[in-house]
Amino acid sequence: MKEQLDYVAGGGLLDRRLFLQRSLVFSVATVLAPEVLAAERDDIQQWQLKPGDPLSNYGKPSPFEQKTIRWTMGNAMAPGNGVSWTPLHDLEGIITPSGLHFERHHNGVPQIDPDKYQLLIHGLVGKPLLFEMADLLRYPMQSIICFVECGGNSNAGWHSQPIQTQVGYFHGMASCSEWTGVPLRLLLNEAKLKGRAKWLIAEGADASAMNISIPIEKALDDCVLVLYQNGERIRPENGYPLRLLVPGWEGVVNVKWLRRLHVSNRPGMTRNETAKYTELMPSGKARQFTFIMDAKSIITQPTFGHKLAKPGLYQITGLAWSGRGKITKVDVSADGGKSWAEAELQQPVLSKCFTRFRIPWHWQGDNIVLKSRATDETGYIQPERAVLVSERGEHGYFHYNAIVSWAVSSEGRISHVYA
Amino acid sequence: MFTLKLFLIIWVSFAIAADAEQPGPNLGKLASDDLVKRWNRDIFPDGEGLPEGYGNAMQGKSVYVQYCQSCHGQEGSGGSADELAGARHGLTDNPPDKTIGTYWPYATTVFDFTRRAMPLNAPGSLSDSQVYAVTAYLLYLNGIIKEKEEMNAKTLPLVNMPNRQGFTREKM
Repeated sequence: MKEQLDYVAGGGLLDRRLFLQRSLVFSVATVLAPEVLAAERDDIQQWQLKPGDPLSNYGKPSPFEQKTIRWTMGNAMAPGNGVSWTPLHDLEGIITPSGLHFERHHNGVPQIDPDKYQLLIHGLVGKPLLFEMADLLRYPMQSIICFVECGGNSNAGWHSQPIQTQVGYFHGMASCSEWTGVPLRLLLNEAKLKGRAKWLIAEGADASAMNISIPIEKALDDCVLVLYQNGERIRPENGYPLRLLVPGWEGVVNVKWLRRLHVSNRPGMTRNETAKYTELMPSGKARQFTFIMDAKSIITQPTFGHKLAKPGLYQITGLAWSGRGKITKVDVSADGGKSWAEAELQQPVLSKCFTRFRIPWHWQGDNIVLKSRATDETGYIQPERAVLVSERGEHGYFHYNAIVSWAVSSEGRISHVYA
Repeated sequence: MFTLKLFLIIWVSFAIAADAEQPGPNLGKLASDDLVKRWNRDIFPDGEGLPEGYGNAMQGKSVYVQYCQSCHGQEGSGGSADELAGARHGLTDNPPDKTIGTYWPYATTVFDFTRRAMPLNAPGSLSDSQVYAVTAYLLYLNGIIKEKEEMNAKTLPLVNMPNRQGFTREKM
């Protein structure tokens, strides 16, 4: 097999268009197909011998997929204070099922009655306005397919030793949905911003009354008051009945259960923009208001927890995204970064959205290191870990976006390495 | 006349730009001053928004022991929740020690966060004077104010936090 394949980089990486050419995949399939099909054709299976389950009001995943769940990490003293992770290693495509969207709650998920919901806009406005849910549902809406990523996602990458866990439990505080709702600027324009308006302090209706400050330029640009997630009304753990979506910016500013927007000439210097979500640098100074999530990519298969049965043809696949716009390129290396090959990007590639990449790979049974590296439309290139750490030190906690390396052993076992 | 024409042209082009997006149906009701005042709990570093009430560290200690200590530990450290006081080393050490005393840039933030979010099992249950008192206790534990120094709407914004200059703003 080795002689027939066109290698495009070291470690067995193949041209990204190879799977699309079909011939290779199909030749493998024709060898296997007759036996498999013959066995199934002769044997009527048990689920064909009685009627299946009745119709249902709301579908659920197959009982055989019960392992595809969020991994929750709550505070023992306060179960609603913590995070749950999207199992990125079990998912394909770019849309995160709503029930698997990551969670970060500061004090639990409130169950808000939409009939008792009100949104207040006040402060430096000509007209302070109060909206009922029925009002908001009548506004012109727009949809945006984009990721939401916690500023603390991937923070195990700062550890001095590489964490050994499945990729979703390392990078899964990022998820991607279709969000639909009312452009925030529509309501801000109706409230008539005053000239001194520079910041917007958003507050949630949860038990921590989470509050955070957002520059007014962003609020007037592409922020959305989200009512629907993936076509249905937004889930309680994502902010029902209404969350603020701030595309491309760290999750904490995407305030859930949004109740109040205070237009101001300065930030509130709230806990989550001072004590938290600021990044301590080696100098002892901390970076503040680092809102934008820079480009990141991760291989989701094969990674830690997968085992390669034997040498042969595999597909490397993963996700890339950037808070600054579209992903333009994902390069993959199978020789620890000595050589790189460009992966195929699944279309459509959208701004501030998960982008699925894939590349065929012929693993020849060697010890190798896999890496992926994203480039976005601003020209920003995802940095190597050593570069990020040399710039930021190891105690920034937030905004870790370095290249991730996976060592494949000759036995086909995969571990996370710093390489 | 010419000026008027020019004005009209400019006015029309502004109107077109504004109309490029479908306008909203203007369904918001005017919120009364009273409602805004009741809902607005934001507190700014200069003290805007701080309520009436007062307290010192001696009074705050009993609030802390009753409502905070089970998670945050005795005298603000050693608990399951964030360390609030008692830093043993600084921000450039490995690992750095981030407490209210070493890291938080504004004393008003302690009041704001405590009043809106704490204690976790009964947020919003402390009176404003209890929040002033426990804020004073935390500032006292961090060696920032004296034990009998009263915290109120006037004194709290004047507290000089050690890490006030510790932050750099990102260019966006």
